[in-house]
Amino acid sequence: MAGLELLSDEGYRVDGRRAGELRKVRARMGVFAQADGSAYIEQGNTKALAVVYGPHEMRGSRSKALHDRALVNCQYSMATFSTGERKRRPHGDRKSSEMTLHLKQTFEAAILTQLYPRSQIDIYVQILQADGGNYCACVNAATLATIDAGIPMRDYVCASSAGFIEDTPLADLNYVEEAAGGPQVALALLPKSDQIALLEMNSRLHEDHLEQVIEAASKACKDVYAVLDQVVRDHVHEVTTLLGE
Amino acid sequence: MKETPLSNCERRFLLRAIEERKRLDGRQSYDYRNVRISFGADYGCCIVELGRTRVLGQVSCELVSPKLNRATEGLLFFNLELSPMAAPAFEPGRQSELLVKLNRLLERCLRNSKCIDTESLCVVAGVKVWQIRVDLHLLNHDGNIIDAASIAAIVALCHFHRPDVSVQGEEVTLYTPEERDPVPLSIHHMPICVSFAFFQQGTYLLVDPSEREERVMDGLLVIAMNKHREICTIQSSGGIMLLKDQVLRCSKITGVKVAEITELIQKALENDRKVRKEGGKFGFAESIPNQKISAFKMERAPVDTNDVEEQAEEIITKADPPSDVFAKPILRMPGTAQIGEGLENSWGDLEESEREEEEEGNSDDATTSEGQKMETEEINVVSKTKKEDDTIVLSDSEEEEVVILEPEERPKKTRTPTSAQQENSSSKKAFNKKRKKKRATP
Repeated sequence: MAGLELLSDEGYRVDGRRAGELRKVRARMGVFAQADGSAYIEQGNTKALAVVYGPHEMRGSRSKALHDRALVNCQYSMATFSTGERKRRPHGDRKSSEMTLHLKQTFEAAILTQLYPRSQIDIYVQILQADGGNYCACVNAATLATIDAGIPMRDYVCASSAGFIEDTPLADLNYVEEAAGGPQVALALLPKSDQIALLEMNSRLHEDHLEQVIEAASKACKDVYAVLDQVVRDHVHEVTTLLGE
Repeated sequence: MKETPLSNCERRFLLRAIEERKRLDGRQSYDYRNVRISFGADYGCCIVELGRTRVLGQVSCELVSPKLNRATEGLLFFNLELSPMAAPAFEPGRQSELLVKLNRLLERCLRNSKCIDTESLCVVAGVKVWQIRVDLHLLNHDGNIIDAASIAAIVALCHFHRPDVSVQGEEVTLYTPEERDPVPLSIHHMPICVSFAFFQQGTYLLVDPSEREERVMDGLLVIAMNKHREICTIQSSGGIMLLKDQVLRCSKITGVKVAEITELIQKALENDRKVRKEGGKFGFAESIPNQKISAFKMERAPVDTNDVEEQAEEIITKADPPSDVFAKPILRMPGTAQIGEGLENSWGDLEESEREEEEEGNSDDATTSEGQKMETEEINVVSKTKKEDDTIVLSDSEEEEVVILEPEERPKKTRTPTSAQQENSSSKKAFNKKRKKKRATP
């Protein structure tokens, strides 16, 4: 916070973006041949990898099976080399457990679980490089992986973070902006119906500004949706060309 | 111990009641339960009761060396424990999802919002700082743990006094409470969590859900705010889909609720301060009320029961008495019988149903008829009756006559409260048997 200007007078942020601009998104589907679905996404310097297995029979305790829907089992982990200092516990600590719960909640709402009773869908997400917006990159990667696995969903789930500095909402925060301690919102949205699958906010924000920030985050999610949709279409086009159809 | 599952009829009842804007304890949709705050004898100890949900909070402090990258800031730790005394479903030791969720929410609400001035906890920069621990224990679970826990945490922090320290050059002197009065912590603002429960895909909204309502809810939205209308945390959970206006509406409601609760907290703190200054009695022993009902004191029920009797009488007199049943069993062949015809469902009166019960008990071993298309799980009832009403026997049978034990003469149907229960229970059995019979006979 000391000496670092998050938003300059000309309206540029630390990395040269404008207030509502997203970082460059690069994504690839079908990265692993073994898994049912997989995807890799890069949002600026944040790199996330998602792998989906399923739907398959319940592994482990059959008692947890739901009689009318599929169980979504998530795991979020950060590689030990993903942060500036080596992380000693990649998963199992409180923050990772919380992220896992949020992922699970988001995808349980988005996947049409009623089509696969008594089965299990596994979503494993790994952060390879953390530069802010970890949760959002995970959700976007998991969306692509689920689509790659062919599991039916209500809509794409697109996530983006937003902040608020000097009366201006910022979209897609990076690590420096997150660490500065200002208010941050993480939003997971189903773009076509504008339904919020997950809303999370940290730090202090005055109630009057809440609407602006949510608006900025929604817009950023829709921008991400446009990119992801293009990625999916390109991938399908590529695969069908290779298959010779 | 595993949690007792909620029965379907209870779930339906709760959801129907919510659709009609009624809650089990008589509250309105946006009403909070009674909040009671009581303090212990030591500084930093408090119990918060939200309805019947009870949370105990205790703050303690210790001098430690600070974190390397934050040399001038004190340390804050929050810990919420769900003890098995709160609910049988909570097992000791195992870290469940709920525990992680609650702890993280509390941490974010209180630490990230910077409600405590951590710089003031510094004693010697880089060498010694205060470490403040807030331990919360859930004593009774009746819904909405997070609200009660956040109130307990902030009240305990406001109430806490740490020992006074003085620094002279390199020397640090820690004074005991006898030498110098302990010093309160410097708190910037008081964030309070407010929970909203959503039902029927977000159509209905309840503030401060009780335990039963929590079981049937679709999802939960927690908004933490302070009295200056600054939002400290928002967390949606449970997999519901929200719309932006729902979130904004909830934040407005939160503003109102937080103002009320903050006022309550200030009053409680003020009272405790006065009592301690004047040397009166303070502590838990004084604040736990006598729960007995005496001539002068009884806990007020939240639902208005003043004119229940008149209303009940009205309903009873207006309702029709149940119709009489003409019991003429028609025996088609050994193993099947038919009572009544058509779709009219007349619940039998007591003679009929009691007799059927006896018959079922006696003829449980009766063979199922091969001629009929029967579902295998149904029990056939051989209805050979020896009673006042006529029995139309369609086929010869040489089975022994059934002996009825205790064929009491029951009075004809009248609407009296005493026989109502028996009627209900036995007529249910009659209804089920009739249903089976109707399915059995072609």
